[in-house]
Amino acid sequence: MSFSDILASIDKNAITTRCNNTTIDDVKVVLKKERVEIADLPVLLSLAAEECLEELAQKSLTLTRRHFGNVVSLFTPFYISNYCENRCVYCSFASQRSIIRKQLTFDQIHREATVISDSGIRHILVLTGESPKKTDFSYIHESLTIIRNYFPAVAIEMYPLAEKEYGALINSALIDSLTIYQETYNKDRYESLHQRGPKANFAYRLDTPDRACRSQIRSITIGALLGLDDFRHEAMSVALHAQYIQKMYPSVELSLSFPRLCPQEGDFTPEHIVSDQQLVQLVTAFRLLFPSCGITMSTRESQSFRTGIMPLGVTKISAGVSTAVGGHSTDPSTTQFEIADHRSVKEMQTDLLSQGFQPVMHDWSQRMSVI
Amino acid sequence: MHEKMNTTDTLYIGGNEVTSRLITGSGKYRDDRIIKDVLAAAECDIITVALRRVDLEKPKETFLQYIPQDKTLLPNTSGARTAQEAVRIARLAREIGCGNWIKIEVINDQKYLLPDNHETVVATEILAKEDFVVLPYMNADLSTARRLVDAGAAAIMPLGSPIGSNRGLKTLELIKILIDEVELPIIVDAGIGRPSHAAQAMEIGADAILLNTAIASSQDPVRMARAFKHAVWAGREAFLAGLGDSSETARASSPLTGFLNS
Repeated sequence: MSFSDILASIDKNAITTRCNNTTIDDVKVVLKKERVEIADLPVLLSLAAEECLEELAQKSLTLTRRHFGNVVSLFTPFYISNYCENRCVYCSFASQRSIIRKQLTFDQIHREATVISDSGIRHILVLTGESPKKTDFSYIHESLTIIRNYFPAVAIEMYPLAEKEYGALINSALIDSLTIYQETYNKDRYESLHQRGPKANFAYRLDTPDRACRSQIRSITIGALLGLDDFRHEAMSVALHAQYIQKMYPSVELSLSFPRLCPQEGDFTPEHIVSDQQLVQLVTAFRLLFPSCGITMSTRESQSFRTGIMPLGVTKISAGVSTAVGGHSTDPSTTQFEIADHRSVKEMQTDLLSQGFQPVMHDWSQRMSVI
Repeated sequence: MHEKMNTTDTLYIGGNEVTSRLITGSGKYRDDRIIKDVLAAAECDIITVALRRVDLEKPKETFLQYIPQDKTLLPNTSGARTAQEAVRIARLAREIGCGNWIKIEVINDQKYLLPDNHETVVATEILAKEDFVVLPYMNADLSTARRLVDAGAAAIMPLGSPIGSNRGLKTLELIKILIDEVELPIIVDAGIGRPSHAAQAMEIGADAILLNTAIASSQDPVRMARAFKHAVWAGREAFLAGLGDSSETARASSPLTGFLNS
């Protein structure tokens, strides 16, 4: 069964009913289970579970420590272009916006990579807007060839590529990891938010993890952009997607992320605001469901929130972040979104150590991979 | 208690004399600077090192600097999904000066984190021929253990229960079979969450214990290291003393059939 079929089979009304009818006793039963199942997710995301948030957090902390100890991996995003043909209504890079468009030259990529590398960062996440015309595959390939020389592990968060393109990047040892958010798993909602441009194709984006996994990607991060639809429905879709990937591609390291739209992003007001409490509920519920998966916490979140949620399941965190193209070494362009945590790499390292976490800068090297 | 763990009961791995039957790891600590104190408290000879965490461009600037020179490094191939990746990691470890001991860890199921026995055998055979002291981490399985012996392993490292589960010796009966049938040292790895788990493994005749998370994620890693040292020692002493049978029928200390000879 494809993931599209699984997604189509989700009974959203049943999830809502289950969430609404759950009692605190139901939540406590799930919290005592040795192994939490996806069917338990509505219970953990219910209103009643909000009353058990501390117990959820405690259990999440215990499971995270067992699997990951006290370490947290650091990375930083590296924007190389903000040209975009899409009209995502919530995104600052969308094609209808009058922003300064910028694409780094290869010399500028060298400079940006040098500055980031000098900050101590060893794992990098390379991003573009979605413009196959401007940021074509050969540009991506050449850019990554340069970037690879500076960083032992490279992830990309770009527009969805074809299977053979992922294969080419992986077989050339240029990338280890892919981050791809479906934005929203609600197809109707997705289509209303992405009316023009290549991103309008819901199914093609949904199948992106399959294409990368079939090409032997080493690790993958998925998630939904919280705020676009009912977070409980999105959570069930993400959980089923994660379960599907684990079953279909067991060798792939799976991570989850929970990027959250702020109440007001530019001129876009999300309809489904996710509160701090609900975000904690999500992170801890997913830790119980997926004890061995990485969980990333975005710089969209404030320093105080990131500090607080750190022990509750988070294993990866960005630091020294700029969401502008060339933001580390050139005159910064428009940012994709406003970050809320401005700590440098050094500051993040210091803060993590004082919180009892060991910041890990190096967790894999492409030199260890055999393609 | 300040006695050394043992004095005459010597363990040999790959022809090397090993004093301590407790092997610990170097990862997952709040602060790497504590590693030296943990090793001192545990009285370990051997310490595992996840090569994936070592920056190959500047290995001396990583946590390796906190490991005393007199310890034997046991790099592991964590992150390897195939035999070929394990082999590559082992060779890199030797290149950067981590010696020729290697713990083979090949995992291609990221949900349960269970080792791939087939790939482990393949990697063991290749690396043993290259004069590595190979310690393969494996699902407790007799056929695989025999293949690992033939492949040149220096010890066999069955898991007690899945990584991160802290469930102790869920594979107890299978580990007992390995202890009975395999001539190489049996080192129980993974799932050891409490000192009592370690003591239990030693009581049944395991030769050593490898653990990391239970110490590293403890609130007081130095004290926990000491607790595990004592547990391993106690378990070994009990085994050497000849543990009483735990069968359901009582057994007299004198032979019941002795009268037949009188």
